[in-house]
Amino acid sequence: MTAAGPTCEQRTVEDLELIAKDCRREIVKMVKRANAGHPGGSLSVIDLLVGLYGNTLRVTIENPNHPDRDRVILSKGHASPAMYSALHAFGFIQEADLHSYRVFNGVCQGHVDSKWTPGVDFSGGSLGMGLSYGLGIALSGKMDAKDHFTWVILGDGECQEGEIWEAAMATVHHKVENLTVIVDVNGIQNDDFVDQQMVMGDLAAKWAAFGWKIKEIDGHDMSEICSAINWSKEAVGPCVILARTTKGKGVSFMENNPSFHGKAPNDEEFEQAMGELA
Amino acid sequence: MTLAASRDGYGAALLDMANDERIVVLEADLGKSTKSCLFRAEHPNRTFSMGIAEQNMMLVAAGMASTGKIPFASTFAIFTERGFEQVRNGIARPNLKVHLCGSHGGIHTGTDGSSAQSIEDLAIYRTLPNMTVMHPCDDLSTKALTKALVEHDRPSYTRTARNKTKRIYSEEQANSLEIGKFSIIREGEDVAILACGVMVSEAMDAADILATEGVKATVVDVHTIKPFDHDALSSLAQKCGAIVSAEDHSIIGGLGGAVAESLAANHPTPLEQVGVKDVFGMSGQPHELMEHYGLTMANIVDAAHKAISRRTA
Repeated sequence: MTAAGPTCEQRTVEDLELIAKDCRREIVKMVKRANAGHPGGSLSVIDLLVGLYGNTLRVTIENPNHPDRDRVILSKGHASPAMYSALHAFGFIQEADLHSYRVFNGVCQGHVDSKWTPGVDFSGGSLGMGLSYGLGIALSGKMDAKDHFTWVILGDGECQEGEIWEAAMATVHHKVENLTVIVDVNGIQNDDFVDQQMVMGDLAAKWAAFGWKIKEIDGHDMSEICSAINWSKEAVGPCVILARTTKGKGVSFMENNPSFHGKAPNDEEFEQAMGELA
Repeated sequence: MTLAASRDGYGAALLDMANDERIVVLEADLGKSTKSCLFRAEHPNRTFSMGIAEQNMMLVAAGMASTGKIPFASTFAIFTERGFEQVRNGIARPNLKVHLCGSHGGIHTGTDGSSAQSIEDLAIYRTLPNMTVMHPCDDLSTKALTKALVEHDRPSYTRTARNKTKRIYSEEQANSLEIGKFSIIREGEDVAILACGVMVSEAMDAADILATEGVKATVVDVHTIKPFDHDALSSLAQKCGAIVSAEDHSIIGGLGGAVAESLAANHPTPLEQVGVKDVFGMSGQPHELMEHYGLTMANIVDAAHKAISRRTA
């Protein structure tokens, strides 16, 4: 496997936790500099991304478009600061690129975009599409007997999109196993709490009813993340990891606060956030 | 005179291209109608049923294209629109080479009625950057142009028709067609009739009638609505000084819209648009509907006279 990248043997859980903490600071800084963006869902998903990049992903910074690489599809593409901070932490983009977030002609577009950012595998921004896209990649891999693996990260609010369930059906119908879904279950969407906007009920039962294997984890516990990732690669059949997370995790006033779904902190709030993430 | 439906050309093209292992076919429970079933019968391992779930089909095709496959995805024209935003954000925006085919386009579709008769597909797909939009007129040109898509460097939407009309091209003529270039199938200097799809044979019949009245008409098969052949239209406008567009589609935004935009920008010339006048269809036999909605050779003849009468001396 020429696209081989870092493995869990090379990085300890403690290392990954430190990387995630650095990423949290970069996320808040990016959103502050742009005075726009989505801090809440970025802070909820960052441990999952760091777990993937640092634990299992086979992709190299020298050749991020290698056809046999593993893919990470960030379907909740508004959590782009999380993706950019992870790509920076693992060497795919430079610190200067982080400063281009939401800036005219910048490498780091408002929503993740494969045309603009090295290491980004999917152009997101419109919810509900990433699982279908990942399924297309996984089907190609299956057709060609390649061993690349595709990870699709969804939001729980995003699961309100009908296309997610179209894709969930199709993944099982086509017996696709080289793909895992991770749902960032942070309980909040743009306007309000998920339960206020559209009750999702028992997400595990819903995915199970569509024929998926389920594992529920604490989405901020790096050892649980790493073992769930390894479980899903070994399991037979498409797997979904339901990661219970806290929106805004790590910054007290953002935690579980719907108003920080898509809002930058003011100066005072920024200083407090940096202090908490020090 | 041979009668043929353009959707048969799509199915034939897929089969012809099957040796190229990059070709994959996606269906949304209408393969028997769009004719992708012909490919499925021979190559089931490269044919993917996506069920009645068009939004998913669009992005699965996009994901496949990102790995180097060349996906051909089809359903009824109207149902491709279910996944319009998926086409916009998931295919056109990242410029992934996915080729969509919408069959059963237009009023000509007939008795299924208004829910099935897409009269806006050409217009909406034409607005998307990177998209190529085609609407060939017969089976052989559909086959040739579909095969040309394999080497095309952009995503595309091709509308085909359900019902048979007169075959316009020989195989050899069809194979000489080029995506994005007007195909002039009859020459005359008094008026130029630009038609697409099932209206091309109506335009040819109209030109015959006009000839008996001493009016010499050019007839163009505008098989590619986008990219639009602006240079060829300007030449025709200069030569004929009167233009008619004819399409089984709304006059808003489709072929007539593209012609109007091009003329206004490059060579202002009287234009009469034959097409669906901002109304939905209904059930009926194709010939009844075409007459009711003003989509016949007689309507084209009238439009030609009107365009010529508006020409400044």
